Amino acid sequence: MTSAVAQVAAILATALFIFSLYWMNDPKTARHAVVAGVSGMLVAVLATWFQPEIVHHGWIVLAIVAGFIVGVPLSLVPLTAVPQRTALSHAFGGLAAGLVGTAEYFLGLGENPAQLTAFRMSAIVAEVILGFLTFTGSLMAAGKLQEVKWIPQRPVTYPGQNVVNIGVLVIAVALGVLVVVHPTAAWSGQVFSAIVGLAVLFGVLLIIPIGGADMPTVISILNSYAGLSAVAMGFVLNNKLLVTAGALDGSSGLILSLIMCRAMNRSFTNVLFGAFGTVQKTAAIGEQKAWKQETVEGAAQLLEQASLVVVIPGYGMAVAQAQHKVRELYDQLTKRGVTVRFAIHPVAGRMPGHMNVLLAEADIPYTALVEMEEINPEMPQCDVALVIGANDVVNPAARYAKGSPIYGMPIIDADKAKAVLAIKRSKNPGFAGIDNELYVQDNTWMLFGDAKAVIGELVKQLGSGGLH
Amino acid sequence: MIDGLIAAQATPAEPATADYWSMLFVFVLATFIGLGVIRRVSRLLYTPLMSLTNAISAIAVVGSIAVTGGEYPKTIRVLGAIALFASMTNIVSGFLITDRMLKMFKKQ
Repeated sequence: MTSAVAQVAAILATALFIFSLYWMNDPKTARHAVVAGVSGMLVAVLATWFQPEIVHHGWIVLAIVAGFIVGVPLSLVPLTAVPQRTALSHAFGGLAAGLVGTAEYFLGLGENPAQLTAFRMSAIVAEVILGFLTFTGSLMAAGKLQEVKWIPQRPVTYPGQNVVNIGVLVIAVALGVLVVVHPTAAWSGQVFSAIVGLAVLFGVLLIIPIGGADMPTVISILNSYAGLSAVAMGFVLNNKLLVTAGALDGSSGLILSLIMCRAMNRSFTNVLFGAFGTVQKTAAIGEQKAWKQETVEGAAQLLEQASLVVVIPGYGMAVAQAQHKVRELYDQLTKRGVTVRFAIHPVAGRMPGHMNVLLAEADIPYTALVEMEEINPEMPQCDVALVIGANDVVNPAARYAKGSPIYGMPIIDADKAKAVLAIKRSKNPGFAGIDNELYVQDNTWMLFGDAKAVIGELVKQLGSGGLH
Repeated sequence: MIDGLIAAQATPAEPATADYWSMLFVFVLATFIGLGVIRRVSRLLYTPLMSLTNAISAIAVVGSIAVTGGEYPKTIRVLGAIALFASMTNIVSGFLITDRMLKMFKKQ
C-alpha cells in the first residue's frame, strides 16, 4: 500500500518536473515552471518521508532546517554572482551523491554484503566517482569565479598535465573495477576510500587549467555530471524518480555544453584538456595601427544621431555592474526614437544566459535582447555598435586568423556596423590574450574607463544637452 | 533436493536484476524526453534553466532521507544527514533564485 503511494508520488513528481522544464520555453509561462518544480519536489519528499522504514526524524528535520538557513541567503546573491552560486550548487549536488554512495557501500559491507551485486557496485562506484569529482571540480570553479585568493584565476598548466589527469582517472576507474569484482574482500574498504580520494583529486586537477572564458562550458559540463551522479544514485537506491530527474538535469547540462562548445568552435575534449590560456601572438596589427579615442561628448552625439544602436555586452559589463546605467542609456536613446537592440553572444559572461539575466535585472525588456544569429544579418544597417566590456566575441580575427585560439568561433559582426564605439577598462588585450583589430578599424572609436562610469557620463551628456 | 533449494534461492534474485534493466530503460527514455524538452527552452532563460534543473536534480534528497532516517549505524546516518543538508540547500536556493530571476523578465 505505502509502496503504491510512493510509486504514484514518483510518477506525479516526474510529470511535474517535465512540465516544469516544458514551461521554460517562453518567459511568459516560465514562472509556472517553478510552481511545478516545487510541487513535484514536495510530493516526492513527503511520500519518501512517510515510508515506514523512516524511523528517525530528528536529524531529517535538523538537516532540512539547516538547508533553509544556508539556502535562503544563497538565493539572494547579486546576479553578477549567479555563476559562482550555480557552481556551488553543482558542488552540493555532487557531494550529496558521493556521500550517499559511500554510505550505501559501507552499509552493504557491514550489514548485508549480498546486496553488493556487480550491477549495484558498478552504480555505486560511478556515483562516487562522478559525485566527488563534481564536488571538488565545482568548488574550484566557484572559487575561480568568486576570485578567491588562493585559487589561481589564470589557467595553470604544466608539461604532461593531460597524462597526469587522465592517469588519475584511469587509476580510479581501475580500482573501481577491482571493488566491483571483489566488493567484500578485507582490503575493499581501503580501495573504496582510495577511489573517493582520487575522485576528489581529479576534480581539482580538471579545473586548474581552465580559464574564465571557458567557464560557461565548464559549468554546463559540471551541470551534466551533477545530473548523472543523481542518476547513478537512482540506480544504487533502485529509485526511478531519481533516475528521471537526474536524466533531465544531465541532458540539460549536455545540451548547454554542446551549445557553448559550438559557440566557441571547440570540442568537449578541447575545453577540458586543452587549456585556453596558450597565448599566441598572431599578426601584430596593433603595432601598425593605433586606436582613436573618442570623447564622451562625441560619443553621445554619435548615439543620438543614430537610428539603430546595437549594444554588445560582455563580462566587462558584469564586472563593472554597469547594467543599470545601461538601462538609463537605453531609456535616453529610446526616448529620442533611437531603436536599441542588445546582441547576445552565447558565451558572453561566465555562464549560459548570463547577459540576459543581468539585462533583465536592469528592467530592459527581453524583446530587446537578440541572439547572435538573428542580429548578424542586421549589422550592416546598424549605425552604432556599442561594445561594452566584450572582446573576443567581437574579434574579427576569429574569421580568418588560423593560428589564433579563437579561430572559427562565431562572432557578432560588430565590425560591419557603420560606426563602432568600444568601452574598455584598459588597453590590455582580452582574456584570450589576443589583439583585437576591431579596435583599430577606421570606423571604431574607443572610450577607455570603467564601463559604469563611462556609460554614466554618456547618460548625463544625453540628459543635459541635445534635442528633446 | 539441493537443486530445488538453489532454484528457490535463485528466483528471488531474478526480479532485482530485471529491475536494473528497466531502470536503464527509464534512464534512456528520460534522457530523450530531457533532450526534447530542453531543446525548446528559450535561449533567454539558460541561466534560470540551470538553477531550475539544479533544484530538480536535488531530488537526491529522497535518497538522503532514506539513509538518514533508516535504522542504520550512526556513521552512515551522519553521511546521510550531510547529504540531506546539501540537497536541501540546493532545493531551497535553486527554486528561490530561479523564481527571482524569472520575475525580472518583462516584455515591456
